[in-house]
Amino acid sequence: MTAELGLAALWLAAALAGLQLLAGALALAGRGTSLAGIVRPVAVVQGVLALVAFLCLIAVFAETDLSVKLVAMNSHSLKPLVFKIAGAWGNHEGSMLLWVTVMGMAGGVVALVERRLPEPTILATLAGQAFVSLGFYAFLLIASNPFERLFPVPEEGNGLNPLLQDLGLAFHPPTLYLGYVGLSVAFSFAIGALVTRQVGPAFARAMRPWVLGAWIFLTLGITAGSYWAYYELGWGGWWFWDPVENASLMPWLAATALLHSVSVLAARDALRAWTVMLGVVAFSMSMIGTFLVRSGILTSVHAFAVDPQRGSFILALLAINIGGALTLFALRAGTVTEGERFALVSREGALVFNNVMLSAILGIVLFGTLYPLVAEAMGAKVSVGPPYFNPMGALFAVPMLVVLAIGPMLRWRRDSFPRIGRQLVIPAMLVGAGLIAMVAIGGVGILPTLGFALALGLGWASVLPLKGRNLRRTPLPVWGMVIAHFGIAVSLLGMSCESAFSVEKLVAIKTGDATGVGPWQIKLDAVQPMAGPNWTALEARLLVRYGDHGKVVQIDPQSRSFWAPPQQTSESALLTRWNGQLYAVLGGEADDGRWQLRLWWKPFVPLIWLGGVLIALGGLLALIGRVASDLRRIFAREKIAYRRGRMADLERAQSEDPS
Amino acid sequence: MNAQSRTKAPAWAIWLPLVLFVGFVALVTIGLYRPADRAVGSTLVGKPMPAFVLPAALPDRPGLRSADIASGKPHLVNIFASWCIPCRVEAPQLGALARAGVAIEGISVRDSSEALNGFLKENGDPYQRIGADDDGKVQLALGSSGVPETYVIDGKGVIRYQHIGEIRPEHVPMILEKLREASQ
Repeated sequence: MTAELGLAALWLAAALAGLQLLAGALALAGRGTSLAGIVRPVAVVQGVLALVAFLCLIAVFAETDLSVKLVAMNSHSLKPLVFKIAGAWGNHEGSMLLWVTVMGMAGGVVALVERRLPEPTILATLAGQAFVSLGFYAFLLIASNPFERLFPVPEEGNGLNPLLQDLGLAFHPPTLYLGYVGLSVAFSFAIGALVTRQVGPAFARAMRPWVLGAWIFLTLGITAGSYWAYYELGWGGWWFWDPVENASLMPWLAATALLHSVSVLAARDALRAWTVMLGVVAFSMSMIGTFLVRSGILTSVHAFAVDPQRGSFILALLAINIGGALTLFALRAGTVTEGERFALVSREGALVFNNVMLSAILGIVLFGTLYPLVAEAMGAKVSVGPPYFNPMGALFAVPMLVVLAIGPMLRWRRDSFPRIGRQLVIPAMLVGAGLIAMVAIGGVGILPTLGFALALGLGWASVLPLKGRNLRRTPLPVWGMVIAHFGIAVSLLGMSCESAFSVEKLVAIKTGDATGVGPWQIKLDAVQPMAGPNWTALEARLLVRYGDHGKVVQIDPQSRSFWAPPQQTSESALLTRWNGQLYAVLGGEADDGRWQLRLWWKPFVPLIWLGGVLIALGGLLALIGRVASDLRRIFAREKIAYRRGRMADLERAQSEDPS
Repeated sequence: MNAQSRTKAPAWAIWLPLVLFVGFVALVTIGLYRPADRAVGSTLVGKPMPAFVLPAALPDRPGLRSADIASGKPHLVNIFASWCIPCRVEAPQLGALARAGVAIEGISVRDSSEALNGFLKENGDPYQRIGADDDGKVQLALGSSGVPETYVIDGKGVIRYQHIGEIRPEHVPMILEKLREASQ
């Protein structure tokens, strides 16, 4: 019953999306102006219905209703409740439903609150949003109905990939999805602005909170995903340039560029066409990423996870949406009027430079991700990895980081280096000191050396915009910028240290034996079996000590076997200290009773994710600041309007007063 | 990028993103529709299968031992379950292979005999023997990580081919060819 309710809500939502598109388009074409009035309410109801459908899906997963095919395929009665619920979106159909739900709700919010833009632009935006949604509704209802029933009802479900039975990962995909979908709103705004040719500061201010919000979620999603790969895969690495990771990184790069160009447009009314272009590109990257992951075109996963029909469907959606938007852009960009001018050495100049650098890195990642396909089309099988991505990315990342350190100190419109030169002395000296230190240590690669030195300089430079300001009166967006840029330096420092100073050791020892890695002394105390709700495991008890006099601490890496579906995973044990992390993985048992242990000492590695969190926090502060000032402006305007109305009433009353 | 200049981007630059995008779509369309062998190759292919003895899953026919398979003629070993949906999808193809004279042995994973009976009644019954792998140990030993999977095993008990996922109609000729190769 719940499943049918959900399906009905989904059909209704799809129908309303159709109505929203039609009414919006007709009203824009000048026919049926009375239709314009229904677009906003329809968008709100559509969002609510999509939410109802999604809640129904969560309900059938929570009660493990095995007569629903999706539940039978992806869940299991023995699974802990939180993973049953997470199972609702841990699969193709459910995640697509989550996508349309968030998209519908975002459209509803735009319809409810956005009053700054001219009404035709809003109509075009909502119609664009409905157009994109409609494609996904069709995809769900035609090719991947999440509520399909199954008869006969199976006795037990198939389970969920045990790698995905992890709290962090249960909430990782929805976080990324919120980011992707937030960018869809930016995309719709870009379409709306192109249709009505209204590209200007008002457009940028309307779009900015959505870009910021999406960017925050993407940042958190990538940070969490990287940490998950780090501790769950048990390989000790934190970024693998895997297509799935790249699929999340590319929208982030585009969104970062968009975020900055939107600020230029809002503050200075420059970069009009470029901002619109990035709005289209950012969402395109989300869709391309989703396509690459979902179609299985790049990752050779289990054969039945790949469905050519699904791949074709997403490809068709992608071709229509992005192809259409780019065509519209090409037709209209020439007629969008020019923005303001600015000098090369200015805040805008620095932002433009970094926009170009970010776009170049985006191009490099996209090319590297797609290159195996290009090669395959020519008959060769290749895989592209860190030897390509790291140096090529650094080629553009290094100049970008230098400009990132300087840019925030420059003035808008026009500035000169001599004016800010003195402030840059200390950061430059820090960079020099970092370079010298790394060369003195010796044996450190060129990228970690550069990264370390730049991180020191950027860390100092990033807080300079606060200099000379009254900290209490500093606007939140400035705080946000400073914290986010500082977060980049923190993360970069972590990456460089991890790469330069990590120590790795692979040993096979008996219980009772001792070994060591870096400054740590490690004793294998015991290996014992463990049982969880849907897994069994071998757990090693390691007694570890930092240096000769440290306190003895126990850590317990596991080798887990899940039985539904059968799969082995290794649960690494992490011990975090202020200056790094000890990372232990339990391998198999050798014939003579010795156990394989893989140990790493990774100095300052947690800084990578701490930096990620700081970047997101900076975004959050900026978002709060922007939304608060927007709200203040709205209230002020309403107050004025109210007063004017009162005055007019009074005057009318006075003039009509016969006495 | 000379930001000082007021000149507009040349007309071709405005079309460039679209052109690049069309190239991308063309590329992935080729990638999507090219018949590529995406199956994950098991390291067990070319090696003798591990020895096992499985009890009968149904009262009406024997269970499955590895010795039954290494009996001089190639066999198809199908790992399946009544609760597995792709197994329903591949049942007609297994039926066709059985009618073509292929010896098909079944390993049913985590199943009950009632559910299994119902499954065979509904979807057809191509199996000579069915072994009950109640804890999935034999499945794992064969290097299989899901259902359905199908192995071509030659008369000496060497695994010649592993098919991951359901056998679709277009796979049947290929499976027959693998069996023919295995009999040589």
